[in-house]
Amino acid sequence: MTYENFGRYRSLVTAKSTELDIGLVAQDGGVVTGLLCHALKTGEIDGAVLTQKLDSGWMPAQYVATTREEILGGAGSIYALSPSVFQLKDAVREYALENVAYVGLPCQVVAVRKMQLYPFGGRFVGDRVRLVIGIFCSENFPIEGLRNIVEGYGNMPLEEADRIYLSGGKVMIEGESTAGVPIKKAALYAQDGDHVCPDLTAEYADISVGSTGSEPGWNTVFVRTGRGEKLFNSAVAEGLIETGDIEAVKPGPSALQKLAKTKKTTAQSNIKKRDQLGLFVTKNMYY
Amino acid sequence: MGRPEFAYLHLSACSGCEISFLDNYERLIEMMDMVDFKYMTILMDATEIPEVDIVFIDGAACLQSKESMEALRTARKNARYLVAWGGCSSTATINSFSRGGQMPQPQHESFPAISKLVKVDAFVPGCPPGPEMAYRIINAFVKGDTDYLKYLTSEGMGGFSCGCDLLSRIIGNSLCIGCGTCAFSCPTRAITMPLGRPSINWDRCVKCGACYAGCPRSFQPLDLMNRMMEEL
Repeated sequence: MTYENFGRYRSLVTAKSTELDIGLVAQDGGVVTGLLCHALKTGEIDGAVLTQKLDSGWMPAQYVATTREEILGGAGSIYALSPSVFQLKDAVREYALENVAYVGLPCQVVAVRKMQLYPFGGRFVGDRVRLVIGIFCSENFPIEGLRNIVEGYGNMPLEEADRIYLSGGKVMIEGESTAGVPIKKAALYAQDGDHVCPDLTAEYADISVGSTGSEPGWNTVFVRTGRGEKLFNSAVAEGLIETGDIEAVKPGPSALQKLAKTKKTTAQSNIKKRDQLGLFVTKNMYY
Repeated sequence: MGRPEFAYLHLSACSGCEISFLDNYERLIEMMDMVDFKYMTILMDATEIPEVDIVFIDGAACLQSKESMEALRTARKNARYLVAWGGCSSTATINSFSRGGQMPQPQHESFPAISKLVKVDAFVPGCPPGPEMAYRIINAFVKGDTDYLKYLTSEGMGGFSCGCDLLSRIIGNSLCIGCGTCAFSCPTRAITMPLGRPSINWDRCVKCGACYAGCPRSFQPLDLMNRMMEEL
């Protein structure tokens, strides 16, 4: 099957990491963590810029990981803004890394690509970004927006939430109790810059990873570039990543395609509205 | 037909942009193969700005200096394509802080961005811009890659610039997505990202314009990103 609204890609599969320690900490299938650990071991990369929880308050902290343990420390999603492009500079300047991996959201992937093409600042960093892994994203929240969602709608102190994930149209919050907040309500706290973003599946990453479309405990993976393909295939060949035919699983790519299309049409209409208001909207914002 | 001819004019600036240009190291040899270097005082003994196809201008021209005003006018007259290379020529950078009174030329006080004085074809903000930018611009010019150059011609890249642009043009138009690229681009580390938005230390901002130019929401080079994906 070929699909639209996913950008260019070479292959689309459902996948999960086969490593036990990764499975314990992963948000879903652990493919991002698994690929990073594999790339580190083979020398493809010598470090990665990642995001982890700073504390129990879910504040995102950006850091440079150079060991397997440190990479595992970044497993799991945090639904709040993490300005991690900055740490690419630290990775190259302070850690003297030659081949850096970057994991970020679709908008951050675009930012890294632009920086590689137009290095107005951060000399000699762009060429050292070896691998860009994108995470699916429908929208993101300021940290205090996340607090409003968890505490206001979910009736649970943010500090007591152990796990936050999306499932069945809801933001699921697990702690001592469990709460589900409809995404539509949560979306009220999304940052406004996301509303003109047409990209759900990180179309400019080497590899894009998310959960929508696959079964629980698995990832949906787009392999998009030659670099990405080489790394992904070698991880599969070594048995570190298990793959499956995504057409055979429920809900499958059509569910993801529907979401991707909605994000694009919403972005398009928001761009138009802002244009009519006379606001500046980035040229070529829509793709 | 021979190679396109190249000149590099250095006006009032710290020389950081020249150094950044030279920091292409071995790729500088490649650049010399792509264009014929006719004038660049740091590299060669040439005193007159000749007629060339492309000129890089680094630094601001002082309104009170006859020599620099003439040099700028000659460069514009003699070049088909004029690149404002670096912050001082694109946005004036720290020249904006000048108010004269310093020895040995106390009457030298006005150093506007060169676009106020001559037509600029491409702006390259940054203090200094990464060496790779010089290579890519020369490469794009020689190959006629207007897709690359067009973003440097407009999109608010030239003129007065500072961290304020992020607040007024990006956040003020609700476009910020908290990626951290502005903080990454800032040469003086004047930008931090508390709560996912840029916060600018005004005492450190040198007004080079790199933050706004680097922001993924100031311009998004879509066709180039598509090309890049084929190559990676």
